[in-house]
Parts: sequence; C-alpha cells; structure tokens
Amino acid sequence: MRSSDCDIVIAGVGGQGVILISDVIGRAAVKAGLPVRGAETHGMAQRGGSVVNHTRINCRYSPMVAEGGADLLLALEPVEALRHAHFLAPGGTALVNTAPVLPVTVTTGKFAYPPLEKVLSPLQRIGTVRAFNATELAASAGTVQAMNVVMLGALSRYIPITEEAILAALAQVVPEKHLKVNLRAFELGKAEVD
Amino acid sequence: MVFVKEYLLGNAAIARGILESGAGLVAGYPGTPSSEIIETLSPLAGQRRMHVEWSVNEKVALEVAIGASWANARSVATMKHVGLNVASDPFMTLAYLGVGAGLVVITADDPYCHSSQNEQDSRRYAQFAGVPCLEPADPQEAKDMTVYAFELSERLNLPVMLRPTTRVSHARSDVETGQLPALAASNAGFTRDPSCRVALPVHVRPLHKRLIAKQETIDKELSSAPWNRLVCRADTGIIASGISGLYAEEALKDLELDYSLLRIGTTPAPSGLLTEMLEHCRRILVVEELEPVLEEQVALLARKVRPDLDLHGKSLVPRAGELDLGLVRNAISALAGLPAREPIVIPEKDILPPRPPALCPGCSHRATYQAMIKAFGKDAVFPSDIGCYTMGVGMGTVETCLCMGASISVATGIRFGGDERPICCTLGDSTFLHSGLTGLLNAAYNGARLTVTILDNSTTAMTGHQPHPGTGRTATGQESCPVSLEDVARALGAGLVETVDPYDLDRAVEVFRKARDFSGLSVVIARQSCVISARRQGVRRQPLQVTDACVGCQVCLNFGCPAIEWTGETASINTLCTGCGVCAMVCPSGSIKEVVR
Ligand code: SF4
Ligand code: SF4
Repeated sequence: MRSSDCDIVIAGVGGQGVILISDVIGRAAVKAGLPVRGAETHGMAQRGGSVVNHTRINCRYSPMVAEGGADLLLALEPVEALRHAHFLAPGGTALVNTAPVLPVTVTTGKFAYPPLEKVLSPLQRIGTVRAFNATELAASAGTVQAMNVVMLGALSRYIPITEEAILAALAQVVPEKHLKVNLRAFELGKAEVD
Repeated sequence: MVFVKEYLLGNAAIARGILESGAGLVAGYPGTPSSEIIETLSPLAGQRRMHVEWSVNEKVALEVAIGASWANARSVATMKHVGLNVASDPFMTLAYLGVGAGLVVITADDPYCHSSQNEQDSRRYAQFAGVPCLEPADPQEAKDMTVYAFELSERLNLPVMLRPTTRVSHARSDVETGQLPALAASNAGFTRDPSCRVALPVHVRPLHKRLIAKQETIDKELSSAPWNRLVCRADTGIIASGISGLYAEEALKDLELDYSLLRIGTTPAPSGLLTEMLEHCRRILVVEELEPVLEEQVALLARKVRPDLDLHGKSLVPRAGELDLGLVRNAISALAGLPAREPIVIPEKDILPPRPPALCPGCSHRATYQAMIKAFGKDAVFPSDIGCYTMGVGMGTVETCLCMGASISVATGIRFGGDERPICCTLGDSTFLHSGLTGLLNAAYNGARLTVTILDNSTTAMTGHQPHPGTGRTATGQESCPVSLEDVARALGAGLVETVDPYDLDRAVEVFRKARDFSGLSVVIARQSCVISARRQGVRRQPLQVTDACVGCQVCLNFGCPAIEWTGETASINTLCTGCGVCAMVCPSGSIKEVVR
C-alpha cells in the first residue's frame, strides 16, 4: 500500500541549490492543496559535502523516503546519483546532471573520479536513467547558477503537480531580476526529457 | 477564523508558534539544528515588539529568558542539545523556583550527530529537572506544541522543554498557521517574592517538595494533551514517541498489520493512557530514538498493571543513531515473526570517491594552520575546538575537540600533565567569546606556557554566519560596541598578544615563531573574514593560476584547497578559486601567479 503519491530524492553537492528545488515543489504542492513532506541537509555537510533532500508529495507520514522507495532520483552531480542509488525504486526514474563536481579527495589525487558509464550502469539496472549536461544547458540559458532550475524543469514532467503551480512557486523563491533566466533554464530542462 | 497553509521548515514553524504566543523575549546561541528559530524571528522583532537576541552562550540565554519570564513576559531560550549542558545550571534550579509568564526551553536534539559532538537525549534532562518535555513529530506539531508549551508552563508554574530533532527542525511540510495576537500594551514588571526567586537553602527545601508534588499535576495535565493518541486494535501494540510514531504508522500500513498504536508526544507519557494500552495489549514494542526513556516508564508501570507483559524496546530498536522507516519496519517485523528486509547493497558504490565537507576555497583557517605547522613543527601538540575549523582535522592541527571552549583548558591540562612540547591550541572568535574566556583566564592565572590562537573570521560561520559581540552587530542588526579580542586577551592575563592576517603567510609564520618562543601565555589573533561573508559583502579578489613553471611537486595539493586540482602531471586551479593568494606562497617553485587580464 502506498503512503505517498510520489517520493523524490534530490542529491547534490553543498552549494548547488538542492534546497531550492524541494522548496519549489513543496510550495507548489501546498498551492495544489496536497500534503507534502521534505527533509533537508543543513549545517556541517553543506560545506562542499554531499547533500540530500527527500520530498514526498501527498504524504502524511515522515519526510524520509525509504530505501528502494524513490519514484524519482534527481541528481545534480553524477557520483551523487550513484551515492544515493539505493533509494531508487525498481522501475523508478533517475534524472542525472552529467557535469561532475570533483570532491577534494579527487582534486588532491587520493581517489579517481569514475567514468560516467560506470556511475550510471547500476542505476540503469534498477530503473530508467535520463542523463544530460544540465550545467551546460544552464550556461546557455544565461548562467550556470540556474543548473538546479534546469533539473527542476526536467523533474516537472514526472511529478503529479501542474506546471502552472510549479512556475508560480518558482516565481516566489527566485528574485525578480533572475526570474527570466530561470524560466529559460526551466524550459531547457523540460525540453531535454520531452 | 481563516487558516492559511504554508510550506514551512520545522524551525520556522516553531518561530511561528512563538509569534502566535505573543512572546516578549527570545534568546539563544546558534547551534545546528536549532539556529533558524532565531533567524526567522530576528527580522520580525521590531514589528512584534519582541526582544530577540543572540546571547554569548546558552547559559546566558536561559538566564536572560528567566529574567524576562520573572518580569512577566513570555520568553524562550533556544539552543542545540549540547547547549543545554552549558545552560544546565540555571535549568535545574529554575524547576524549583518556577516561572512568571510562560517560559519554553527549546533544545534541538541531533540523533546520528549530523552536526554535533554527541547525540545525548534531552528527555533525560527534562526527567532530571522534573519538567515536562514535548516532542513534536513534524513541523505542524512543532508549531502547535510551541503554543501549547507556553500555556502549560503557566498552568504548571514550570519551564517546559520543547525537544525537536534534526528530522523535525530541518523537515518542511504544509503547516496550518493560526492568528497572531493583537499587540497589547505590555504589563511586564518584576514582582518581588524572595520565597521563590531567591534560591537560599531555607527557600529551596520546601520548593523541592513542591516540585516533587507537581509531578502528579504534570501527569494529569498531559493526560489531556492532544499529542498522545491511542488507537486500540489487536492485543499486540506499538508505543512510539515523536517522529518514531510516524515511522511506526507507515510501517504498520506497509506490513498490513492491525496492531494497536499509542503515539506519544510528551515526556512523561500520561500514565492513564499507558495503563489503557497495557490493559488492552499483552505484547508491546516501544519505538523511540536514543534513550529508552519511554520504555523504562512502561516497564515500571507494567509491574503494577500487567506484570506478565511481553515488553520489547531497545532489544529490537537501536539505541544509537537515528531511526528511519526501514529500521522501525524491521523491528516490527521481528515482533510479528516476519522476515526482515535486507538493506539494498549496490556493490558498484566502491568506486565512489568520498565527498567529505571541507574548508572552503580560500578559507583563512587553512592558511593559519599552515603557518602554525611551519612555526611549531609537526611534533607540537594542537588542541582545537568546535567550528568550521574542526574540518581541518586532516592537516594535523586539530588533535582534540571536546566541547565549546575546551581547547584552552585542555591545552592547560596537557601542559601541566607533563607534556614539554610546544602547545598551540585553536578556537574561533565566537567559540572564544562563548566559553573560551574563562579557560584563558585560568591558563593565565595558573601560569600555563602555551599559545592560544583565536581564528577570528568575525562571524559564527559553521551555523550560518550569525553575529556575536566581536562583530559589533546584534541579532536584529542593531549596532553595538564591538569587543576587542586583543584587549580582552590582555585583560585576562596573556603576556604576549599578536594579531596577524593569515593570508600574509610569511608574516604569520614569523608571529607564530615569536609566540612559540615566548616564555609564558601567548595569544595570536589570526584575523581574516570568512570567505562566504566576504563574498556577501562584495569582496572580489583576482583568482590565481598555475603557470608552465609547475614542476609537479604536489606541495600545493597537499595544502588542500578544493580549488587546486591534479591534472596527472601538474597542478591547476579551477573556478572555485577566491584569490586568497596563499597557495602562491606555499608553492616552492613560484609557479602560481595571479591571472593577468
Ligand atoms: S564558511 Fe567561512 S570559516 Fe567556514 S570553511 Fe568556509 S570560509 Fe572557512
Ligand atoms: S588562491 Fe590558491 S589557495 Fe586561495 S582559493 Fe585560490 S587556489 Fe585556493
């Protein structure tokens, strides 16, 4: 028996704007009159570490998505997709930004950054993978900073909330002067998965 | 009444509850996961006629809140769980003396130590002090319980503890908010009553008896609290507290079991409801995070009510770390004789490079540590403290971290314990002002020969860049007189006080050498803004690049700035560079230069 309509795990690196994505989904769900739950990473881990966010739409239970329970895994960075792959439900969808952000353990030469195919193949075994370079798309929209909104645009095609509600929520959280760029980024992300 | 739903962070929901309760004063010290409560309130302080402050530490915050409560203003002290250790002195005696207007002590617990040095369970403190504790399961309860906590505090003439955990404070959900009270003229004022405001032996002896007698009243009050809910079904049942109640509900649904469920949101749990549950169930599993507080209460009661109760708790539910749906589902499965669900293992994960949190590119702490190692040598002893700078543990300059402000006293003990080597301890500006002052005074008083380095980046960086007395700014943005760390250090008795900009690496090494050779207690203030606050203030420095002269010695890589990468043969600098310039001074071949435009 399902305890939510849609369970989402959003993974990335501190500073990539993971929280903004879930904030927009949450606000949009509230606009749509749906109960919604989210869990965030704050504090220490945000300093360049792995961050993860859980969001559950039409859910009245805890904000935590169970292992193997995420209908959607949204990864803003490829190795973070694999790091959180155990959340992806069998048959679920992983949306992955292919632009790597090298961890210090790699920049200092202690570990190697694995090739993309190796990162994605376990996810392909579990469900469907849609991988694309969202950082490049954001740059073409006007700023790499909008990478998270490119990913949000892609995600919007998979969640049970209208695009209208999502865009209204986006307009609430993004400063007016950056809204245009972000809307372009959103469209590019959407087109990528259509 | 019109109710509005908002998507709120748990801590913002608590802040909303504080506003709806018409509190007159909120004081706290930053600490994950509690900081956003005051951060949400500080911009609203003026318009709600509420005093909001970052106090210098949790003990001070609670004392300030007590004063306000005794002056008949509803008040709040907020902190993280370990902050209550600092505030425990006023907390324990406050329970004897009682409150004026309602007083709520918010201690945010951190099971799994996401951002903490331990995972102590604050419910034990509530038990210890004899005050009730409310444990919200989600942001909505967090808001509603805050409002209820003030009323309860006033009915009981006791402080009330609100104990959210990380998964509540940092959860978001749709929250139905209530009305804000109209701004009324304040009727605050301290009422003289030494019998319950002056903790003299002659006063506290009867007050202790009164506190013991109150325990029954607490039980009665909590029996009607809406946070404790019993659904009777089969004669096997689950009792679960706080967020564990949500895990248990979801697990029962998932496993399709018709077990009875008692969800508890208060410590103590009301004995009436527990008795009802025990009379109905012959087998019970208690699900709670950390300590078996609830389980112990059930076990005690069962002796009277149902001595043959088949009781499970920490035998099936872990006592360390946080719970989640999987753990709770497996505990319930074990009770039901169902197979456990195995954790999902993805073998390919072994190719993953770890991504630990690290000091930011250009963080001045890294430069300070570099200079310290150069001057003191690798054989010196480097006690440290709690803050962003603890993340420098890989550099070898963080050899102890115990609790806020402990570095100086631990260093003193290492010296007097008999270690003859050079000792250089480190702590941040906010930590120094929180509880390093007494350690420095003690070291000076007792003649400890050591170097204290104050890593002064003019903010409380780790918890989200809150101001403190050294910054000359209060929580609400008011200007205040900035305390001079140099003057304080001298006044407390340091024999040598030097200030240096760690970005000027050569000079920093020189200063540290001087401090090392000083015959008494020396203080080095390493002053440079946190790169995050500097960026917010508009500081932009020219980035650096590695030139063709790089010989691939990897010295700069070992320095550890995340902006420096290894290409396989040479180093290179990526776009994260903030232009601090320190790596250029570290590079032995002079191959790192400013980017010429
Ligand atoms: S936030 Fe500031 S103090 Fe903390 S690591 Fe970054 S630069 Fe250093
Ligand atoms: S100048 Fe060097 S040490 Fe400073 S941020 Fe740039 S790469 Fe890092």
